Amino acid sequence: MAKNTDSARFRKVDVDEYDENKFVDEEEGGENQSGPTRLKWTLCSDNILQTRTPRYLCLSRCFFERAELLVVRVLSSFKSGDIEKAVGSLDKAGVDLLMKYIYRGFEKPSDNSSAVLLQWHEKALAVGGVGSIVRVLTARKTV
Amino acid sequence: MAYHSFLLEPISCHAWNKDRTQIALCPNDHEVHIYKKDGTKWNKIHELKEHNGQVTGIDWAPDSNRIVTCGADRNAYVWTLKEGAWKPTLVILRINRAARCVKWSPRENKFAVGSGSRLISICYFEQENDWWVCKHIKKPIRSTILSLDWHPNNVLLAAGSCDFKCRVFSAYIKEVEEKPGPTAWGSKMPFGEMLFESGGSVAADQTLVGGGGWVHSVCFSHSGNRLVWTSHDSTVSVAEGGKTGTVNSLSSETLPLLCVTFITENSIVAAGHDCYPVLFVYDGAKGSLTFGGKLDVPKQAAQKGISARERFQNLDRRASETQGTEKDLNSLHKNSISQISVLEGGRNQCTKFCTTGMDGGMGLWDVKTLESAMKNLKIV
Repeated sequence: MAKNTDSARFRKVDVDEYDENKFVDEEEGGENQSGPTRLKWTLCSDNILQTRTPRYLCLSRCFFERAELLVVRVLSSFKSGDIEKAVGSLDKAGVDLLMKYIYRGFEKPSDNSSAVLLQWHEKALAVGGVGSIVRVLTARKTV
Repeated sequence: MAYHSFLLEPISCHAWNKDRTQIALCPNDHEVHIYKKDGTKWNKIHELKEHNGQVTGIDWAPDSNRIVTCGADRNAYVWTLKEGAWKPTLVILRINRAARCVKWSPRENKFAVGSGSRLISICYFEQENDWWVCKHIKKPIRSTILSLDWHPNNVLLAAGSCDFKCRVFSAYIKEVEEKPGPTAWGSKMPFGEMLFESGGSVAADQTLVGGGGWVHSVCFSHSGNRLVWTSHDSTVSVAEGGKTGTVNSLSSETLPLLCVTFITENSIVAAGHDCYPVLFVYDGAKGSLTFGGKLDVPKQAAQKGISARERFQNLDRRASETQGTEKDLNSLHKNSISQISVLEGGRNQCTKFCTTGMDGGMGLWDVKTLESAMKNLKIV
């Protein structure tokens, strides 16, 4: 019988590990970082996901839904006192992005999320003003 | 600052004559009314009735004393004063949607009309046939043109459009003028050539700057080297001719601004849905745009003590015992401001400007009084 002499390393690769639904799991591992920096990091990563990844490569809506759920979880895990500091550490573009996620979170309320999001909304509004909400409404690139 | 309430309906558009004694405005219907100042009162002296649809733009040429109006009935009329009455001349624009804005060129030999047909009509007078002819600028406009402004050299035209872009076109008509010299925006200017388009620059890690909302209003500075425009996503942007790719925008915290003008080479006044004008300062050396201040001095309500009755009323209405003063409208205009025009001093040394809005009123603002009334306000 002929023996297969090509490399068989590919048989050892677990394709399910690289399933795009599982990609989010890596970011969840980052929850151990401290509050404000973690928020900035997640927002940065989301920003990168949006601006660097061409949209046609984001295969499905579930990619964004995963991102939304993650952000809402991150926002809910903040203590009320830390919210103001976290918002203060963001720059203008960051505040606009945060507003976009807050409104996205409002669209799909779950248990306690609306109350927490309202607190975030109040703090973000104080920094960004009504203009940041207008930018959520007129933005061409939705979250 | 003076405020005069003309009507209860919104003022769609207005234009002043050369010596600022008469104002032509549209009271949100098919007519144009001309008011004349008489001491402190304003008397209506003319009614211009020719349009079949709402008049969306009026411009009054100061030197030749002609008024051009454009309306939702897809027509434009040029009005000349003959024996004390205004006589209209129809201008065929060849558009199939409403006209939105109109502006005389600085030398008043042509005017530009922006319309919903996604094109700009440049109209000039042809002597042989004794009528107004128009040429179209179509590419690459993708949506309604909301606002227009001419460059001082009579050839370049800035257009703000609903496709989220602000552009500078050349409107050179060889029949009425000689070839223009080079400017900061470019040197080759055949008719219809686009010399600048906003929305192309993307800063390193930010979302698209200066783009994302309909461009409501555009304005050239006095020298023509700077262009400012306001957009529906609450941003104000400034571009300088010659420095391609650098567009400096400021995301404001206010509601979208509907009208903007330069009052000096570095200071910009804009007004919009927040019902008060705001000042922006542009630093050419650093290329930065900063918020200068709110230009409205609200009358300070005397702080009386709150009676027990008022406390309960507030508790009932607002769920809080304090009086929510920030919710009340303390500004001069009680509704959005839709148009701003410079009255005296031109765009480099403006001393007075005027705003009209959806509350049917006209506000006259004096720059010196504003400067002295508001601390920290510096108009450079």
